[in-house]
Amino acid sequence: MSSLGVKSKKDSTPVYSTIAYAVVTIIALVCVLPFIVLLAGAFSSESSVLKDGYWFWPREFSLEAFQFIFRFPEDVLSAYRVSILITVIGTVVSLFISTMAAYVLCRKELRYRNALSFFLFFTTLFSGGLAPYYIWLSRYLHLSNTYYVLILGPMFNVMYILILRSFIKGSVPEPLIESGKIDGAGDLRIFLQLVIPLSKPALASIGVFTALAYWNDWWTAMMFTSKDQLIPLQYLLYKMLSAINLSAAMSEHVSSVNTPKETFKLAMTVIATGPIVVVFPFVQRYFVSGITIGAVKG
Amino acid sequence: MNTDVQKGDLTKALQKKKTWGLIKDISTNKVLYLMFAPIAIYFIIFSYIPMTGIVMAFQSYTVKGGLFSSPWVGLDNFQYFFNSGKAWIVTRNTIVYNVIFLGCYTFFSILAAVFISEIQKKWYKKLSQTLMFLPYFISWVTVSAFVYNFLNYEYGIVNKILENFHMEALDIYSNSGYWYLILPFMYVWKWVGYGSVLYLAAIVGIDQEIYEAATIDGANRFQKITKITLPLLKPTMVILLLLGLGRIMRGEFDMFYQLIGNNGLLMDATDIIDTLAFRSLMGTADFGMASSVGLYQSVLTLIIILTANWLVRKYDRDQALF
Repeated sequence: MSSLGVKSKKDSTPVYSTIAYAVVTIIALVCVLPFIVLLAGAFSSESSVLKDGYWFWPREFSLEAFQFIFRFPEDVLSAYRVSILITVIGTVVSLFISTMAAYVLCRKELRYRNALSFFLFFTTLFSGGLAPYYIWLSRYLHLSNTYYVLILGPMFNVMYILILRSFIKGSVPEPLIESGKIDGAGDLRIFLQLVIPLSKPALASIGVFTALAYWNDWWTAMMFTSKDQLIPLQYLLYKMLSAINLSAAMSEHVSSVNTPKETFKLAMTVIATGPIVVVFPFVQRYFVSGITIGAVKG
Repeated sequence: MNTDVQKGDLTKALQKKKTWGLIKDISTNKVLYLMFAPIAIYFIIFSYIPMTGIVMAFQSYTVKGGLFSSPWVGLDNFQYFFNSGKAWIVTRNTIVYNVIFLGCYTFFSILAAVFISEIQKKWYKKLSQTLMFLPYFISWVTVSAFVYNFLNYEYGIVNKILENFHMEALDIYSNSGYWYLILPFMYVWKWVGYGSVLYLAAIVGIDQEIYEAATIDGANRFQKITKITLPLLKPTMVILLLLGLGRIMRGEFDMFYQLIGNNGLLMDATDIIDTLAFRSLMGTADFGMASSVGLYQSVLTLIIILTANWLVRKYDRDQALF
């Protein structure tokens, strides 16, 4: 022990460095390994998987699973269209309305702003449960099988509104709003021309979190849609992975003889997950800053 | 100066009739309230009205009567739920799994954060963080494909590795014992990147002078971790643990549903409150069960969040949720 202590005075003991590198490397590898196995499986030939199982690299490289999917691409393309549509529209609308509400909650002249905050916050404390929610949306509001439900269902997250509120509070100075008012700008104009530009960093962070939630949402679709043209990507993937191995359109064309079932599932997963993994390194910093603003509560 | 004006306004306003306060506030700040209206309407429609649907738990739901005027049956639904034997199983599973998840997640997040902060090469730091963060971005649907990939009886990698060592293949999808390990593992796998970002932010916030002083006093790196970093992380950890505890009754529905689904062999070991509520509603259309389970969960959640928040408040007032 004492010899270690002496070495450490230079603050670069090889032992601790090695441990640190080893631990971090192992965790990182474990995190990334399933992705590699997925890719390996998706690019393997069906026969090699049936014979030898999955492995960390393709034992026999093949594009047959992808070729199979792209021979009848209607389902996948339609699901992509739905996913992109709800993600883009949902994120923009959600972000705009959330920020607007967050800004209102910051304004000190509102006597009831704390009550309004609690009005939102209470929905995270208590809920009516799944059954009334489902019946209310499907039987009373008739939202089943509409784009509306896919967009409105996961639209708002109260925590994000409260994070936006504390961000606006901290980065849009009160005197600036006052001077805007003196210059004759209305509340809406102040919001659009002052608050939104000054909140850009928070908007970027909350925006990517919201977009991710839309993109990965399969639950709303499972609950409320049964029409093929309304199925988003993740739900399509779910359906293909679970008991129903092939989508309706595909199974019409295919006799069960030459269907790459095992690799097909994985290729489908690659197709559904690919965009996220490709986009992710570019937006990672917004997520990181989002986690940090969220953690430092104001 | 603003605060003075406001105080004046406030006292003046208070002098007026209180019942008219809200209406007056709205009429003087029309535009602001109008800007808040969309979100208010949304939460009334999508949260508050469904909340009144808790009456369902005391009714025998009929299509004709709907949410609000089905015949009353008192506590029959609850009796049914508690007598089914399910209540204890799902409550136990929900709590046990979530406590294990929270513990493992916290441990590995701190472990990763501490060691990432020890790494000097910047590119390596960034790369490893990116890789750890990757699982956070994919849906549980995708994760279920991964898990299948590894654990599948015939083709899964785990069994292929065992085969290479001439060991017997494991039938993981029909043996609930394994899942007590697999589920926490997958949970940590998905969240460790997120957690390490949180804790790393706390480590970066530690005053560097403390470390410099320790170096002068001859502390080695291990001592710096145990004597400086970890104790200074404790407040963050306590808060995050308590906040996590508040969410304990809402147990990762996505994960359980995607990884286990409706696998009857694993049901008793892996059924949580959320999956039971979902199955009763969408599977068997047992509205009495679904609504009583839902209300049971809501009430438990409320109690636990209030308790957790009370503890946070006692520990550090500023961090309390409300």
